[in-house]
Amino acid sequence: MDKLLIAKSEPLWNTDKRIISLISGLIVLLFALPHFGLNSFYLHLMIMIFMHAVMAQSWNVIAGFSGQISLGHGAFFGIGAYATSFLYVQYGISPWISIFLGMIVSGVAAVLIGIPMLRLSGHYFAIATLLIGISFQVIFQRWEWVGAASGVWVPMTSGDSLLALQFHSSKMPYYYIFLVFFIITFFLVWLLSRSKLGYRLRAVRDDPQAALSLCINVSNYKIIAYVISAMIMAPMGSLFAQYILIIDPDRVFNIEISIIVLLITVLGGIGNVWGPIVGAAILIPISEYSRIYLGGTGGAVDLILYGLILMLICIFRPEGLISFFPKNILERKKQR
Amino acid sequence: MISEIILQAMVTGLMMGLIYALIAAGLSLIFGLMDIVNFAHGEHLMLSMFSSFWLWSLFGLDPIFSIPITILLMAFCGVLTHYFLIRYILKAKMLIQICATFGLSIFIRSIAQFLWTPDFRNIDKPLLEGRLEISGMFIGQPQLIASLVCLVAFILLYLFVTKTETGLALQATAQDRHAAEILGIPSDKMFAIGWAIGLGCVGVAGGMMANYFFIFTDVGINFALFAFVAVALGGFGSIIGCLYAGIIIGLVESLGGLLIDPSFKLLYVFAIYLLVVIFRPQGLFGRY
Repeated sequence: MDKLLIAKSEPLWNTDKRIISLISGLIVLLFALPHFGLNSFYLHLMIMIFMHAVMAQSWNVIAGFSGQISLGHGAFFGIGAYATSFLYVQYGISPWISIFLGMIVSGVAAVLIGIPMLRLSGHYFAIATLLIGISFQVIFQRWEWVGAASGVWVPMTSGDSLLALQFHSSKMPYYYIFLVFFIITFFLVWLLSRSKLGYRLRAVRDDPQAALSLCINVSNYKIIAYVISAMIMAPMGSLFAQYILIIDPDRVFNIEISIIVLLITVLGGIGNVWGPIVGAAILIPISEYSRIYLGGTGGAVDLILYGLILMLICIFRPEGLISFFPKNILERKKQR
Repeated sequence: MISEIILQAMVTGLMMGLIYALIAAGLSLIFGLMDIVNFAHGEHLMLSMFSSFWLWSLFGLDPIFSIPITILLMAFCGVLTHYFLIRYILKAKMLIQICATFGLSIFIRSIAQFLWTPDFRNIDKPLLEGRLEISGMFIGQPQLIASLVCLVAFILLYLFVTKTETGLALQATAQDRHAAEILGIPSDKMFAIGWAIGLGCVGVAGGMMANYFFIFTDVGINFALFAFVAVALGGFGSIIGCLYAGIIIGLVESLGGLLIDPSFKLLYVFAIYLLVVIFRPQGLFGRY
């Protein structure tokens, strides 16, 4: 591996003390939250927020940092979901192992897709990924070995089982698992954004020609970003599959997944590490409540809102809602 | 015998290809003019099919006669799109432009689903029905007429862009909008005209397809995908390229479906797209 990829440009201890205390306070609060008597609906809401924040962060890495718009990111979510469910049903492999297998498969798929496609840029790449997302759905709908259109049913264990990652008595364990993945992902992406790799990706996004002239291999860096992004997405698919215990191509390869990650990131603030949290914390409650109060499936009220919000954000606040916060407060450095 | 089936598939593919070509021409015109890909193109196609359907179901107007109304409605829709959305994002980053038209596509599709439910509809007993038999080949009459109308519309569009004064002004704006403005061509007006014409093309295609295609809210997705591929294949912004690209896609789709497996049609078209953009990134007739 390239020696220059190792993070060293901004050491961690350079971060403002107040930011560190704010974030650690928030983490303690999130860990304590389920003990304040949240009912299972609120636990579900929080789980969905964590999951979508991580999914959006995955999209943020490829689109926000390296500037390539992927409209078919649901493909990696589906790969993750299929990896755990299928390996558990067919070979009895514990989901804890297959989460990582799913990540690896997803990463390999990203390399294979990325090598021909990331030579494209701009609209060509966006259209190609749109096609990829739909192709995966078509392939899995016809693929008999993985259950074709009826999908995979994960057999229920008799009680709660940590090994099989199934909990039937309470949503609490799921809450903590998603929370831990959420914190780890955001910490790693935050490190990434401060590392040389992060700066190089942004150089590729802002001016590929200038980046090339500084000996940054543009297409290699795009592929690295794509692989990282895919490997963040896959575990969420795996955990989601364990959370609902039944998956089918229409659910886990749905184009809606690709849409919602884009929407959350653009709403929160694209290219900003904290944008996806803001986006998910605002959008997921809107979506869940609109489903409760404005009619369920088929009405598509939540989708109308998504489309409207997306257009309004693009017109009035292309930097996302995070730009309402004071500038750079989240990235302020200690004065020396 | 087998060659007859292949010939039949080729004719079907050719007819479909002419429709793809017209849809793609609308997309390409808009792209060439202002460097914006209309990701809501499929939804506009869906709207034009629904317009044709409602004119038939509410006023008893046959799709053949309601075509002019559909075209006008779609052109109006294009002008609205320009004034309420596109005008604001002209100077934005490409990423924001993609997100905005993508948002428009979600919005239109879900509004349609909300108003009209996701049911499949079709037009009962249109004037154009039945099929012709030409030396052993069966050709659906509505399909034949639709592709011929699309071809005529395509030729008219081409003549309009290359021969008339407005068309030349459009081309000038596409090449350099600031230089065109200095020469007294208002680019804002040109963009609105571009959107009106681009969606007018979709109106023709959608109106003709309403004769024989199922009409439902997700109908546009596949057509839009093929239109994107056709535009990239023909070269972004090249209108004549769309004709050849549309025909190639139609042929690949129907021959691939016949010879290999019809459920993977999308994958064959996708493979063509990848091959072309990797080996000839500017497309077959690209300007760049």
